Amino acid sequence: MPETLHHFTLKQALDFISKEGPAPLYKELSQRIQEHNPQINAILRFNLEDYESVEKHGGKGKYALVPVAVKDNICIRGRETSCASKILSKHVPPYDATVVTKLKDSGVSIFAQCNMDEFAFGSSSETSAYGIIRNPWDLERVPGGSSGGSAAAVAAGMAIAALGSDTGGSIRQPAAFCGVVGLKPTYGRISRYGLIAFGSSFDQIGPITKTVEDTALLLGLMAGHDPRDSTSAREAVPDYTKALRRDVKGLRIGLPEEYFVEGMDPEVEKSVRAAAELLKKMGAEVKSVKLPHTRYAVAVYYIVAVAEASSNLGRFDGVAYGMRVSKDNLQEMYFETRSEGFGAEAKRRILLGTFVLSAGYYDAYYRQGQKVRTLMREDFSNAFKEVDVLLSATAPTAAFKIGEKSTDPLAMYLSDILTIPANLAGIPAISLPCGFTKSGLPIGLQLMGRPFDEETLLRTAYTFEQAVEVYKQRPKL
Amino acid sequence: MTAINDYESVIGLEVHVQLDTASKIFCGCPTVFGTEPNRNSCPVCLGMPGSLPVLNERVLELGIRVGHALDCQISERVKFDRKNYFYPDLPKAYQISQYDMPVNGPGFLTIELKDADGQMIERKIRILRAHLEEDAGKLLHEGIEGATLVDYNRAGIPLLEIVSEPDLRSADEAYAYLISLKAILQYLEVSDCNMEEGSLRCDANVSVRKKGETRLGTKAEIKNLNSFKAVHKSIQYEIERQVNLVENQEKVIQETRLWNDVKGQTFTMRSKEEAHDYRYFPEPDLVPFTISNEMKEKLRSTLPELPRQRSKRFQEKFGLSAYDAAVLVQEKMTADYFEECLKAGVPAKLTSNWLQSELMALLNEKKTTLKKSPVGPAALAGLVSLIDKQTISGKIAKDVLPIMFETGKSAEAIVKEKGLVQVTDTKQIEEVVERVIAANPKSVEDFRSGKTQALSFLVGQIMKETKGKANPQLANQILEQKLK
Repeated sequence: MPETLHHFTLKQALDFISKEGPAPLYKELSQRIQEHNPQINAILRFNLEDYESVEKHGGKGKYALVPVAVKDNICIRGRETSCASKILSKHVPPYDATVVTKLKDSGVSIFAQCNMDEFAFGSSSETSAYGIIRNPWDLERVPGGSSGGSAAAVAAGMAIAALGSDTGGSIRQPAAFCGVVGLKPTYGRISRYGLIAFGSSFDQIGPITKTVEDTALLLGLMAGHDPRDSTSAREAVPDYTKALRRDVKGLRIGLPEEYFVEGMDPEVEKSVRAAAELLKKMGAEVKSVKLPHTRYAVAVYYIVAVAEASSNLGRFDGVAYGMRVSKDNLQEMYFETRSEGFGAEAKRRILLGTFVLSAGYYDAYYRQGQKVRTLMREDFSNAFKEVDVLLSATAPTAAFKIGEKSTDPLAMYLSDILTIPANLAGIPAISLPCGFTKSGLPIGLQLMGRPFDEETLLRTAYTFEQAVEVYKQRPKL
Repeated sequence: MTAINDYESVIGLEVHVQLDTASKIFCGCPTVFGTEPNRNSCPVCLGMPGSLPVLNERVLELGIRVGHALDCQISERVKFDRKNYFYPDLPKAYQISQYDMPVNGPGFLTIELKDADGQMIERKIRILRAHLEEDAGKLLHEGIEGATLVDYNRAGIPLLEIVSEPDLRSADEAYAYLISLKAILQYLEVSDCNMEEGSLRCDANVSVRKKGETRLGTKAEIKNLNSFKAVHKSIQYEIERQVNLVENQEKVIQETRLWNDVKGQTFTMRSKEEAHDYRYFPEPDLVPFTISNEMKEKLRSTLPELPRQRSKRFQEKFGLSAYDAAVLVQEKMTADYFEECLKAGVPAKLTSNWLQSELMALLNEKKTTLKKSPVGPAALAGLVSLIDKQTISGKIAKDVLPIMFETGKSAEAIVKEKGLVQVTDTKQIEEVVERVIAANPKSVEDFRSGKTQALSFLVGQIMKETKGKANPQLANQILEQKLK
């Protein structure tokens, strides 16, 4: 047993700690990180302080001392939180994000902080100021992004479970590439307070875990209204673990025609269709549905999200936060600080966002984008009149090679084509492993549901997961 | 400067008023003025990465109350927008404001002022909009040599920006507009309107055109106006500057100009070409919501009597002139004081005069305010009552008031103590008159030979004899009779 400690699920870790105490688990994780992180680069910082101080004072809460890693864009009081950007290096928030407070209150120890694409701008984890992250299944490949560090850490056994954030697929796509489970909850389900914003009307924090059960557990700890976040919903939080039952009888599953796109890897398509077949065999009804505005999703996303991003990142100007390049006058200080502090992708998105909001362009881009967004929401609400769950691949391909798309932003943006629509509409979506390519790369299955119906997603995902048991496979490191 | 009469000036005002709430607009930080720099701050008003705004509902309520008072169309939906620009006093690099859906839509404000003939006239000035937004911090250029420091205590203080249509036609009208607006805001108790502390700020848009012209001239925006007087002076200066330009065949440039109060001039700050593109877009962190009719009506029902209503009541009920009433109601404190006095049953006009001229002059002289006046409404009413009952003359009363001010004693007590009761006994006065006539044969002769001014000398002598206590009318009357 002790040799597989690092592959423990959250549930297993909980049981283990209650019997054996936390020390062996922390020792194992620390060793695992020291051994593999220099290569994978999924973890930016880890410390045992929380664990040590909590242990000293006696662990409190249901999840006492269970270690969870968080993406580096979630604020932790007194700990550097950099968004993997040079401009925010040494930034130490004086407050905890609401999710961090909630986890701490349940006894969870925030064990490590995960590398990511700078400010969550990317789909490959190649834009971090602290170096690229590698996929544990194939070190020559990307782990996906932007929560690549969280997904890679969980897959590599350097974290028991992790938090990511998802603006256009940043939880689900890396979860798919790394063979783990990732949930983007309904917009408003989890407080964004303390999540350093990228696209404020898209961003959601969510779990990245080894099993659907762990995702349900973490979601339950974090969900709920937060008076500090006006966009958080007042909807009641159900007991998500009750959704963990093998039952898809009568469940209506829709396969969106537009999601089986040209250019999709045939191996991925085959695996996803097989998943649908399996669920059908288990009693679900499967039918084809239409989401006619899907083709506009990527374009709309790269207008509206970058517009919000350009505004959200204005505060990194050398005055109050992060680094400053001192100059004799204000204008130069702004220019130099931002030129030096931001990476290429961040600059690209700030420029794009600034452009689409400019006088004379606003109507053609931002306003039009918002209109299309409304149409996409209607697409989904029409589809959900006919079906309960939408099923597709999480990404058109399995993990691609490092450097393969980093010089072609458009090709990179298109890798999010299947995940972006859920963010545009604010609906929940989960990715879970459904198989492997011949070369041994994980394939992700995406399920999308009605707003605030995470339960149906969890139930469907759990049923599938327990039937195929793909999740039991781990990368060989 | 005769040319100036051929021109009409077109003026619009943008007034920023700090709404008087206990906490800031999007966080729980206190709004008190004069605290140690950056003490009243938190992750939200400092714009810390990851923090989010939450609307303080009290701000919305105060904003809507002002909207009702200005007869604005209150919006159905509340939506906020981001106004993006870089400046060190703006921690998020955007200000949360309202762009295309202000909480208060079109309305109007009625101003009163004297026309060229000294008659009180009314003008209806249209309000374009009044929207909510957050204040920025403050830059401090003193303290550390060569450095600029930022105080974010003010960042996030709620503001209501009230924008008028360009309906004002003179500096006097602009001044009257500010006086009326300030009065309303004070009556609503939504702001203390203290321009020195920055709780009321005003920018003026000024242009000129030939009389009869319907197109608008090119406007200049004047900033850095620190008092109502500065608003008046700067507009007057700007009108003259622009008329001179046009008269000399030069062009008025659309630009922002700063008022220099010491020099009494405006100077170019930035031209239109350098103007910001604020890249407004809807604030995604605040979800738009609907204002219910119940809420609107509830807030309307809480409106107090407003200055103009009060002025009308003062005219109708107390027979005050339009001017007296208008001046009385300008400051809520003054009007309250006035009504408090009247509770003692003293006549309104006399009270109004004594309050507005004598007491105010004394307060000014002693550099204090009505609020801190040692002579309260009951005390002033006591004095007015003595005058009204002819117990003392107005002249004596003028001596009594400062004593009341110093000692805090009632007028009655002072009059009794100093034996100042007016002599209204005809016999007593007759005796004095006879004595004065006997003692001043020369003046008597002068008067009889037609030198009427000799009469006032004789009255003066009578007053001197009686230490001012003789009823002046009576003294006059008796003297004239005796001299016939």
